[in-house]
Amino acid sequence: MRALKQPPGGSGRKGRVRTRDGKAAAVFLAPWLFGLVVITAGPMLMSLYLSFTDYNLLSNANFTGLDNIQHMLNDDRLAKSLTVTLIYVFVSTPIQLAFALGLAVVLDRGLRGLSLYRSIFYLPSLLGSSVAVAVLWKRVFGVDGLVNQFLAVFGIDGPGWISSPSTALSTLILLHVWTFGAPMVIFLAGLRQIPREFYEAASVDGASRWQQFRTITVPMLSPIVFFNLVLGLIGAFQSFTQAFVVSDGRGGPSDSTLFYTLYLYQQGFVNFNMGYASALAWLLLLIIALFTAINFWVSKFWVFYDN
Amino acid sequence: MTTDTSVAPPVAQPPQQPASVHTSRRGVRSRIGSVLRHALLILAAFVMLYPLLWMIASSLRPDNEIFSSYGIFVNTFDTSHYPDGWNALAQPFSGYLLNSAIVVLGAILGNLVSCSMAAYAFARLDFPFKRSAFAVMLLTIMLPVHVVIVPQYILWANLDLINTFVPLILPKWLATDAFFIFLMVQFIRGIPRELDEAARIDGAGHARIFLRIILPLMVPALATTTIFTFIWTWNDFFTQLIFLTDPNLYTVPVALRSFIDAQENSSYGSLFAMSVVSLIPIFLAFLLGQRYLIQGIATTGGK
Repeated sequence: MRALKQPPGGSGRKGRVRTRDGKAAAVFLAPWLFGLVVITAGPMLMSLYLSFTDYNLLSNANFTGLDNIQHMLNDDRLAKSLTVTLIYVFVSTPIQLAFALGLAVVLDRGLRGLSLYRSIFYLPSLLGSSVAVAVLWKRVFGVDGLVNQFLAVFGIDGPGWISSPSTALSTLILLHVWTFGAPMVIFLAGLRQIPREFYEAASVDGASRWQQFRTITVPMLSPIVFFNLVLGLIGAFQSFTQAFVVSDGRGGPSDSTLFYTLYLYQQGFVNFNMGYASALAWLLLLIIALFTAINFWVSKFWVFYDN
Repeated sequence: MTTDTSVAPPVAQPPQQPASVHTSRRGVRSRIGSVLRHALLILAAFVMLYPLLWMIASSLRPDNEIFSSYGIFVNTFDTSHYPDGWNALAQPFSGYLLNSAIVVLGAILGNLVSCSMAAYAFARLDFPFKRSAFAVMLLTIMLPVHVVIVPQYILWANLDLINTFVPLILPKWLATDAFFIFLMVQFIRGIPRELDEAARIDGAGHARIFLRIILPLMVPALATTTIFTFIWTWNDFFTQLIFLTDPNLYTVPVALRSFIDAQENSSYGSLFAMSVVSLIPIFLAFLLGQRYLIQGIATTGGK
């Protein structure tokens, strides 16, 4: 019936549909748009502003120009937390991905019980970020914890892994590696997309398993390796819970587990230096953006897209 | 006809050669290889699960044995850690479980409603600045929460909503977990457009198409969202630590953390017992939702 009222000509109908869509879109997107403005974009702008102030929640914010940046340059704990975080990110992520890829390749070879293995390896990824597992880790690597009880069987007197500055960070790296299941599942999905014919052709040509892995699996999987690498780095930079629980919120011993986010939390929500914490947050964003950009640039040289 | 190669599934795969075709020597070799591989995988799985099994065992041991047992078999069962831990803090542990349940339920409902609405708009509607809006939405997935947490805290403090569950639940109703919008957009794109077009010819508006056609068909994506929201919110520590300082409102992770402060070294048994309790819901969600979890993780890596 409505069609009768339409003006003649093709464009009228299309235009009408468009405006109707526009109104509907406004309704469907309303919650998201409101959230974008009030919960995300607004606070981003505000934290950018606060990073040039001395806001401390109690008194009004004073614009202090580049004072916070000046302070950052002379802040030894910031330097320490950056070092700790960079070591954590750039050691644990590649090891984690290596485990994920290795086990995905083993599991992909038409193995019986695949889904059971996959579930077992995936489970720690779900639990790894919980306070409960961080508590467990603290205990496992304590002076008289599980690891040292085990070492004692062989007559080895293990150190207090968590309480010694030289080993505390390694235990957290190990915890992160333990959660390799999530990238492993992504690798498994990617492996399934590689046509089997490639392997058949290669083995007809007499290529060994290792050669097949290097010349077929790695290039075909490189976009997914890249994807896991980008997401893994971004995620690792934001780790918080494990370091917080293991060090009772202090980042000790001797700041050896002072993750960047933990330092930011201390500045913002323990000392209420909210201006400085905002500056730290923006530096974190810039660092993550920088490494992501480098990642994308480098990917041109090793990521292989078949289309 | 160039499209054929990209769209069509691999044509005429040669029938899989049955294993018996192999010469017997290769057969034996591959069987040994497979046994070795299983042995290795079982060992790896065991090592992975060992700390968790040890924690469960330790929660059932007398305290003095926790410090001397590395095994996962319990000689003397001591279940007293569970009631002890349950009542060790300002309120029974059930209170913290309830707080977490409220936050998790609110977050799940919020994500389901708001993200599915936004996803429908991005996947099916035509509107100005759609591409830019979509790009902005994708960028917010990457945004560290730390960049917005200070102003958010100030916002909620000014609204006098610190120490309520509002800062933890309301953002989910505003689709701030953009990851799920993306997941749902990808899913809706897989639903044939003919279905909504047929409904539109029958006179249905977008509300009706969304509610009657798209939503029922995207149940798998909604299930994935539900389970991930459940696990992430249950595990979330950072925002709950910041927004909840009243012990009566503590959620499970924050309560566990204050447990450490209160109990330091006095009873690791009860700490482990409550840790086990806190992990049970995640474990159940994992068992029930495995299929959706795996799918959800796998599709994020897909193209």
